[in-house]
Amino acid sequence: MTTAEDHNSKGAKKDVIVYVCILALAGIQFLIAYQNISASQMFVRMLVVAIVEGALALLFFMHLWENRGLKWFVVIFTVAVILGLQYGWTDSFRLLDGVPWAK
Amino acid sequence: MSQAEVTMGSHSGLMEEPTFSVPAKKMAMWLFIIADSATFAGCLFAYGFIRNATPSWPRPFHGITNVALMTFILLTSSLTMLFGVRSAQKGDKAGAFRWTMITAVAGILFAVLHIREWLAMIEEGATLFHNPWGTPLFGSLFFSITGLHLLHVTGGVVALIAVGLRYQGGRYKADDLEITGLYWHFVDLVWMFVVPLVYLLNLAH
Repeated sequence: MTTAEDHNSKGAKKDVIVYVCILALAGIQFLIAYQNISASQMFVRMLVVAIVEGALALLFFMHLWENRGLKWFVVIFTVAVILGLQYGWTDSFRLLDGVPWAK
Repeated sequence: MSQAEVTMGSHSGLMEEPTFSVPAKKMAMWLFIIADSATFAGCLFAYGFIRNATPSWPRPFHGITNVALMTFILLTSSLTMLFGVRSAQKGDKAGAFRWTMITAVAGILFAVLHIREWLAMIEEGATLFHNPWGTPLFGSLFFSITGLHLLHVTGGVVALIAVGLRYQGGRYKADDLEITGLYWHFVDLVWMFVVPLVYLLNLAH
């Protein structure tokens, strides 16, 4: 087997391993859905699993792992936007508890 | 300064290294992915905001079989896409085309299951502006978020078929297949967040 073929074969094996890991994590999300816990606990657990799944897909399926500069570029911009969106949560809780028509 | 130096100087931008050593087409796809992830993040945030601020949020989903099957198909299609790109990089044109078309078929299957799910919801009375289980906002958010994702899947299937055929015909290269693959993995990645937030958190207990 030539070096290029060997490299490709190793890469394909890695792809299958990452795929199985992501599939298992997706399975864990479905198990969490049937746990007898509060919605907020469920949300946090599912979100953590989804972030790990997403990171695996980004790093290995989309090959971000192989390009350090691009990896940081994507991570910094995306995380900055997602963090920027979080400013609205306080208003969401205000609507739930702090307005006259709240329960 | 000689005329040659002046000329070279004015065109030095053309000689620059690609950003992060990524070819321009691939970089354009990454920029699209970053922008699109902001769109989906915005939609999911709006959903979270409204769900949190609505005390009696409905939980209409009784089973997970359909969504589990959809998730399995989409995740597997990412693997077949990877096999397609690896085949193309090896120079195995027939293999690359075959795997790309398998990925497109998986995408079509996903879309069919998705539409079946939608039809079942519509039959129960849920539409974009109506929800038999309570707040109409549920229908608006469910159909708009899953609809936006379905639109991306449909676009991805069209792109996979078009790029696959052109690659087979020799007009496109392995790099073009890889760039289409990036988009397909992104669609898969978004689904990893849509499933728990939109489906699993609304499962009836």
